Amino acid sequence: MAALTREATEALIAEVLEVYPEKARKDRAKHLMINDKTLESSKKCITSNRKSLPGVMTMRGCAYAGSKGVVWGPIKDMISISHGPIGCGQYARAGRRNYYVGTTGVDAFCEINFTSDFQEKDIVFGGDKKLAKLIDEIEMLFPLNKGISVQSECPIGLIGDDIEAVAKKAAATIGKPVVPVRCEGFRGVSQSLGHHIANDSVRDWILSNRDGQAFETTPYDVAILGDYNIGGDAWASRILLEQMGLRVVAQWSGDGTLAEMENTPKVKLNLLHCYRSMNYISRHMEEKYGIPWLEYNFFGPTKIAESLRKIASFFDDKIKEGAERVIAQHKEMMDAVIAKYRPRLEGKKVMLYVGGLRPRHVVGAYEDLGMEVVGTGYEFAHNDDYDRTIKDMGDATLIYDDVTGYEFEEFVKACKPDLIGSGIKEKYVFHKMGVPFRQLHSWDYSGPYHGVDGFAIFARDMDMTLNNPCWSKLTPPWVKNNEAALKQAA
Amino acid sequence: MAKLRQCAIYGKGGIGKSTTTQNLVAALAESGKKVMIVGCDPKADSTRLILHSKAQTTVMHLAAEAGSVEDLELEDVMSVGFGGIKCVESGGPEPGVGCAGRGVITAINFLEEEGAYDEDLDFVFYDVLGDVVCGGFAMPIRENKAQEIYIVCSGEMMAMYAANNIAKGIVKYANSGSVRLAGLICNSRNTDREDELIMALAARLGTTMIHFVPRHNVVQHAEIRRMTCVEYDPTHKQSDEYRSLANKIVNNTNFVIPTPIEMEELEELLMEFGIMEAEDESIVGKTAAELAAEAAAA
Repeated sequence: MAALTREATEALIAEVLEVYPEKARKDRAKHLMINDKTLESSKKCITSNRKSLPGVMTMRGCAYAGSKGVVWGPIKDMISISHGPIGCGQYARAGRRNYYVGTTGVDAFCEINFTSDFQEKDIVFGGDKKLAKLIDEIEMLFPLNKGISVQSECPIGLIGDDIEAVAKKAAATIGKPVVPVRCEGFRGVSQSLGHHIANDSVRDWILSNRDGQAFETTPYDVAILGDYNIGGDAWASRILLEQMGLRVVAQWSGDGTLAEMENTPKVKLNLLHCYRSMNYISRHMEEKYGIPWLEYNFFGPTKIAESLRKIASFFDDKIKEGAERVIAQHKEMMDAVIAKYRPRLEGKKVMLYVGGLRPRHVVGAYEDLGMEVVGTGYEFAHNDDYDRTIKDMGDATLIYDDVTGYEFEEFVKACKPDLIGSGIKEKYVFHKMGVPFRQLHSWDYSGPYHGVDGFAIFARDMDMTLNNPCWSKLTPPWVKNNEAALKQAA
Repeated sequence: MAKLRQCAIYGKGGIGKSTTTQNLVAALAESGKKVMIVGCDPKADSTRLILHSKAQTTVMHLAAEAGSVEDLELEDVMSVGFGGIKCVESGGPEPGVGCAGRGVITAINFLEEEGAYDEDLDFVFYDVLGDVVCGGFAMPIRENKAQEIYIVCSGEMMAMYAANNIAKGIVKYANSGSVRLAGLICNSRNTDREDELIMALAARLGTTMIHFVPRHNVVQHAEIRRMTCVEYDPTHKQSDEYRSLANKIVNNTNFVIPTPIEMEELEELLMEFGIMEAEDESIVGKTAAELAAEAAAA
């Protein structure tokens, strides 16, 4: 079953844009494109990483969300202080399902909200003293923490608190890294700048901590970058790498530790899963330590096999054989998953709207199940993400950047997908429209979806959502409208 | 019972706002008016001459001690000094930390919520930090706060620049509310033709110079004793000057939306009074060496 034709998609975009005031129409037009697989660069057909228009109900987050929520938060043996008023820390607490092994409150801290809980007086008189005291108290109450990061909320940047000075002094006193992070939420246009700021603070305050120190290396040392272990994703990825003979020295940052990050400059190859949030530190390690980096994709057997071979190509025959062995070893199970679910999902259409890498990375997994992704888009991508998306998507498919609430609904009405994959904010809108929906940020409290283990769960989840009998009790609005029109005509 | 009049005093830093305000308020109190001063400056030096104290304990410091501003009572923050004048200082951080503007906002909101502006008062005077650097320091002139603005200035160039800039700020709030410019107070620095110059500036701004306060050492003598001139030496002619200013303010009805002038116009005015030389465009951007070379060639 084909998606809309190029002409139909063009007409759809024009029709959707029609309702906007002229200025908004002009702006939004630049963020919508129809895919053309022959293109090498997305530059001429889509604009990204620009400020959202007011009133469009953007799904974006802020720099603090990108730094604390994505990059720093999942490091399990470090404590991330949400520095500022209570809300940012509380509403970002434990929301991202970054699984970890450890005893929360003893040697792991991800799910606890540490905050300086700013009051009026802290704004007026500054919060530096409070921050210093907070760090002292953390050290006393949670002595097994390995380090602390200070995640700035908006007011910190407004009142000009010198958190760098506090961090330096505290680090000297407690003898552990204390990292000031200037990720105030008003900076940048989305969470994307927060990733970059967080990467830079890792570079400046963590990465070179163990330079020159002894470390027993092997020729097969790699690090996983940009896997946040949502629902156990990083574990399902790590096991494949280990089965093919590699040694995974570090996981950034899902179920990761400070020591792993500090040892990462010793690895032979950095394996980058979420390009958007960790390409900065990968490039830095390439430049400073000469470590090559490679983007990989562990969604679905086709992409897994492709990625394993690509990874193996950086190593000797032992690893190359290992990759083939791992692929062969799991083939039977992967075939069984496909044999079971493909007949139930074949030909179904999917629309996606997600964050960092999933709008392109999961396409292969859907294709393995015989499904077609007819529209995709990113909340906070840059053009290098769209460059990477062009080849993964079919010709004439719809691609939308920072899609607005209105556009997404209209696109769904026109494309009539059988399944939508997006986030919690979109979920209930589409449920009410009677369209099957999976959360692709949190895996809808399921997962893992990465790796061989993940694919079996992914396939099961898509089937259980799409073929759920509840949908027959709901009528999508376009069907409803159709019926009404038919009745009227009769 | 007349309606409460709320006035804000603005002007360039160091021009003598606090001293002028306190002497003026002392003169008002002497004539039987009920007055409150609200200091809106983290330095907290707006009430010391009335209270004979070094610096009054401020709303924000008390709030920080108590935990939050909600834990305070009005009597904790208000002191009564010379002539029954009620005194409050908003307070704020030491220079270089925190947010002083937020301190002013918090303190004024607190006073309003606690009913500091009671019906017995005739006047409230806000003594505001020299430069309106952010929204916090414009708090006293927002809706339902000060309606009359007096700008303290002198015949010095920078004081007049500042006065014009403050007038620009007033326009913004005047267009959306009832705040008006009520006059310029010239606090003399003994510059040439100072009174004429300020009168000319006032006319351009659409207002008047409400009073010319001459310079006299007795004000400093009183300040050393942490007193206003009016209290220290009530018979001195300088005290009469403040009484005269107070009287003019009581009877003032000339409240206007100011007409701030462009920089060129202000410079023309300054040149007219010989305070500024006409600019020589030919020397702009030339180094000393280049100018010397040109002089040698000529």
